[in-house]
Amino acid sequence: MRKRNTTKDRVITVALHVALVGGLFFAAFPIYWMLSSSFKSNTEIFALPPTILPKAFTLEAYAAILGDPIKLRFFFNSYFVAFTVTVLTVLIALLAAYGFSRFNFRGKGSLNTLIISTQTIPPITLLIPFFGLVVSYRIFDTYIALILTYLVFTLPYAILLMTGYLNTLPRDLDEAVAVDGGTSWTALWRVIVPISLPGIVATSVYTFLLCWNEFLFALTLTKSTSMRTVPIGIQLLMGQHAFEWNQMMAMSVLGSLPLLLIYLIAQRFFLAGMTAGSVK
Amino acid sequence: MNRQKRSRHHRLKRAVAPYLYLSPSLVIIGLLMLLPMVTVIGYSFQNSAVLRRDPSFAGLKHYQAIFADPVFWASLWHTLYFTCMSVVFHMTIGMIFALMLNSDRINPTLRNILRVLYILPWLFTAVIIAVIWRLLLEPNGVVNSILMQLGLIGSKIEWFSSPETALHAVTFANIWAGYPLFMVSLLAGLQGIPKDFYEAADIDGAKAYQKLIFITIPQLMPIIISISLLDFIWTMQVFPLIWITTGGGPIYSTEVLSTYTYKLAFSSYNLSQAAASAVIILLISLGLTLFYIRYQKAR
Repeated sequence: MRKRNTTKDRVITVALHVALVGGLFFAAFPIYWMLSSSFKSNTEIFALPPTILPKAFTLEAYAAILGDPIKLRFFFNSYFVAFTVTVLTVLIALLAAYGFSRFNFRGKGSLNTLIISTQTIPPITLLIPFFGLVVSYRIFDTYIALILTYLVFTLPYAILLMTGYLNTLPRDLDEAVAVDGGTSWTALWRVIVPISLPGIVATSVYTFLLCWNEFLFALTLTKSTSMRTVPIGIQLLMGQHAFEWNQMMAMSVLGSLPLLLIYLIAQRFFLAGMTAGSVK
Repeated sequence: MNRQKRSRHHRLKRAVAPYLYLSPSLVIIGLLMLLPMVTVIGYSFQNSAVLRRDPSFAGLKHYQAIFADPVFWASLWHTLYFTCMSVVFHMTIGMIFALMLNSDRINPTLRNILRVLYILPWLFTAVIIAVIWRLLLEPNGVVNSILMQLGLIGSKIEWFSSPETALHAVTFANIWAGYPLFMVSLLAGLQGIPKDFYEAADIDGAKAYQKLIFITIPQLMPIIISISLLDFIWTMQVFPLIWITTGGGPIYSTEVLSTYTYKLAFSSYNLSQAAASAVIILLISLGLTLFYIRYQKAR
């Protein structure tokens, strides 16, 4: 084993720790600044010299956001759309993944390639025809428009994630059901679904996150304030109130809470989803 | 006889089943992804697409208009700069952080805490990242005030609203936002490199940098290449970060392909020309995607 007591060795260890602190500052300072600004008054945010900790700690920004029914509506819309899309996506993707994972059929390879390549289709390309379709089917400015368009973007990821997970499960489990005379449908619900919960959770988490973060479609396919989601709400806040920075930061903190909580509670599932597209 | 019949029935069911399981997904992808792609190509050859009931055929007019537009070429260049810089720095920072976290010189608890904190930028929505950086880089904001205290700049810089700095500022914000994907993937990759490789190198008396160049980097190459390609494709499509920080301005200095297309469609309501621009973006993405898929299959 390596010797650990030379001076050179100690210098390297110290240098590494200095670099780690530098990295921490780079990664976390912007987020710390958001958090601390959300507890300041709007004048204190631009105080000179800047105050690292809020000098006059105040919850006024949070009170302003949470006391405003319009802003609460943004949160409701975001949660509602993200939950609905997540449930639909996971259900549909589970079926497709089961097909991919447990059957051999003609066209399997090309369908799989199709689904992988749809991951990279630029949203802006689909936005224009979506706008045309949404207007002509008179669903502009509705939840349905958002749900349908989000579904298209979440589905390919969810199918790939679920297929990857189902492929790790031994096949004899569902074959046992077939021997007992059960159909593949029974095998899916009786055997596969109960043991796929980790995969289902990871897929749900990732789908939720994609929906929660979506900006372009929400910006273009909705119009009335009551239909807007959180990201659009933050943008609107920038325009409206001649820069109430503390309120914008408070809304950003509240808008980040779901992802932060999911990450802290279910880190494993979270990372599984985030890196799914890449480490295959 | 009966049993034979039943088994044929069973085999038929087995043959049809996968298509049934896949059908909901295929219907959605077909109707809401493939059909719109055909539609957008159609729009790009029409006059006043979407806005008129019976648009006339326009030929290549909209493509010619785009290729003759200096703003398009500027947007293409900005997209390229923004994307290349982002990918290179995402990779470099991700690699440095992954190597630091993987070092056996730090204590495991500290490592776990830092790993969580280093991933933080990843957990924030593009819009929120944009708002955070607007606050940080305000002329009266904390970055300017720190830089002035350190004597690095003499006067307040308007990072997002002067044409000289705006593109660098949005690129920096995007670099900050995107390195964790590389970091997490490379960290997973590092843990997968067999320890005996390093032990053998130690016996041969290899120096730390030699181990990095001859063992670590070659072993991580497949991850580096596939994530760089994905990151390139995704970064090229970035919209909200630029839309919220600069809106493509000042004087087009941060206009990228996505904001250029968006403005054509929803500020000028020239949906036909926007469709042509969208098709160009689609073709670039598809080219890169083919490359990515071929690389994945070759592995």
